Amino acid sequence: MQQDVIDKVKNNPKYKELVSKRTSFAWILAVVMLAVYYTFILVIAFAPKTLGAPLSAGSVMTVGIPVGIAIILFAFVITGIYVFRANGEFDRLTKEIKEELK
Amino acid sequence: MVKNFIIWAGILTVFMASGAFADAVSVEGKSDLNITAIVMFLLFVAGTLGITYWAAQKTKTAKDFYTAGGGITGFQNGLAIAGDYMSAASFLGISGLVYGSGFDGLIYSIGFLVGWPIILFLVAERLRNLGKYTFADVASYRLAQAPIRALAAFGSLATVILYLIAQMVGSGKLIQILFGLPYEAAVVLVGVLMILYVTFGGMLATTWVQIIKAVLLLSGATFMALMALNHFGFSPEEMFKQATDTHAKGIAIMEPGGLVSDPFSAISLGIALMFGTAGLPHILMRFFTVSDAKEARKSVFYATGFIGYFYILTFIIGFGAIVLLNKPEFMAPEGGLIGGGNMAAIHLAKAVGGDVFLGFISAVAFATILAVVSGLTLAGASAISHDLYASVLSKGVQNEAKEMRISKIATICLGVIAIVLGILFEKQNIAFMVGLAFAIAASANFPVLFMSMFWSKLTTRGAFLGGLVGLLTALTLVILGPTVWVAIIGFEEAIFPSKYPALISVSVAFFGIWFFSITDKSERARTDIAAFEAQDIRCQTGIGAEGAVSH
Repeated sequence: MQQDVIDKVKNNPKYKELVSKRTSFAWILAVVMLAVYYTFILVIAFAPKTLGAPLSAGSVMTVGIPVGIAIILFAFVITGIYVFRANGEFDRLTKEIKEELK
Repeated sequence: MVKNFIIWAGILTVFMASGAFADAVSVEGKSDLNITAIVMFLLFVAGTLGITYWAAQKTKTAKDFYTAGGGITGFQNGLAIAGDYMSAASFLGISGLVYGSGFDGLIYSIGFLVGWPIILFLVAERLRNLGKYTFADVASYRLAQAPIRALAAFGSLATVILYLIAQMVGSGKLIQILFGLPYEAAVVLVGVLMILYVTFGGMLATTWVQIIKAVLLLSGATFMALMALNHFGFSPEEMFKQATDTHAKGIAIMEPGGLVSDPFSAISLGIALMFGTAGLPHILMRFFTVSDAKEARKSVFYATGFIGYFYILTFIIGFGAIVLLNKPEFMAPEGGLIGGGNMAAIHLAKAVGGDVFLGFISAVAFATILAVVSGLTLAGASAISHDLYASVLSKGVQNEAKEMRISKIATICLGVIAIVLGILFEKQNIAFMVGLAFAIAASANFPVLFMSMFWSKLTTRGAFLGGLVGLLTALTLVILGPTVWVAIIGFEEAIFPSKYPALISVSVAFFGIWFFSITDKSERARTDIAAFEAQDIRCQTGIGAEGAVSH
């Protein structure tokens, strides 16, 4: 990559906007996902009975089952949220940065 | 090229028709040979060899060979990634775990899944924008090529070979039970087919074999889960009720059991699964088969969906099996399922769909093994030809034709190694191998890759020594841990108490990378740091990234 291209991109306010928006968005989602997962793991390690409680009085199904399924669905939904914003807003900014180089 | 392929495919057909299956008949007698399974499997082999023939005509350049020309779509790649992840071990293993322990199976599934969103948010797009053929391209982008590529290639090969042995031994045993084939014949058959797919069809054939298998496996598992639920009038509560009434552990299968007992192991296992996934060379390589960062992120979205769906199915299959397999025909005289707990999904196929569906699921299990070992072999061959040969041994002097030839020779060598080790390890305890592969991927491959993309002050020395220290720590702790020190060597007590060293070895690797980078005052370190800016711009925007070729 040529130095003039680097300087041009680096000083483009849209580039700064893209990097700061995407970086914070990606890290927030990553931290949320990790928090959900490690909360689950820590509950298993320290208070497994919480997940073993019946879902309602007399039911065989325990709280752990819907919680587990919900984490799987959550992982899918959160990737969907990221892809939705990245395909729209972030890709538009990237395209504009590239066009301004021409 | 194409002519060679026809000759080899012909030889293989003769081998399969006359050798292997004839052996099976004479060794196992008439009762155990599963004709439906063999017919369906032969159909799969014929179809995939047809695809390999088509792919061989399109695979002309190194880019075609390593990345299918970069022309795979996000949806296709999502299926292929999911296919790499849905190995026979995870299909049979996790449904078997649910069958044996109930809820604990779900804990494992979730651990395997949650790495994917993290990969999407932090690495997928950057990887696509920086890389060409292997993850070493990314790790060594602004660092000295020879040491970093050598380290990355070593990490890749260690991961690939450990994983390959585990797959080969598992496949030999599985095929023995399902098809009535002798163990050695099964291992040779898997090895020969995988060499054919990879040498002739490259990444294009490997990807399509994986996609077809993923579709077959997802359809088969969906059918089984629906039939199981149908038995309980589509009431999960009814299924759980009957399962707890039937299962020896009773109501305990509905809550966390002994699988993850102490907090250290729980967190360490989580780290190994998450960072290990993001350091598996055959999975990382898939990100270079799509045209751009947008398709790369779509791949992860689809892959996460398919993998999550698959794990929900295995959960239903495991619980359904607890009730539906509670009949004498599925039970071994000494107690437990015939063939062990991992056969739960296979027996359930017979219980809900009869012999024809059993044949289908058996053939799919075989296809699964073939597809996964092909992807592994291609990743290993790329590490040898693209990283070791082209960048280290010939010092970056480009000779594409020679590099391709080396990659094909490497594929054949890896195939032979896999066959030989698969046969040698038949009676060995190989449970530690997948764990070790994940530990190395998490402790050596991932930290170097991650820091090279995120940390501007990373230097060649830091990456090399840090990665090496992580690798050695993982290796040492696995050897000193319960899986090798006690189960294999036979000592009373393990020196390192946990089966999961990742928490320590990954931390050591990151610390080593940081420490050896900040203390590095060499000329090379200044070049490494100065090159970060240009790398980061390409990472963020894709300016200058590898494009796709159209055929």
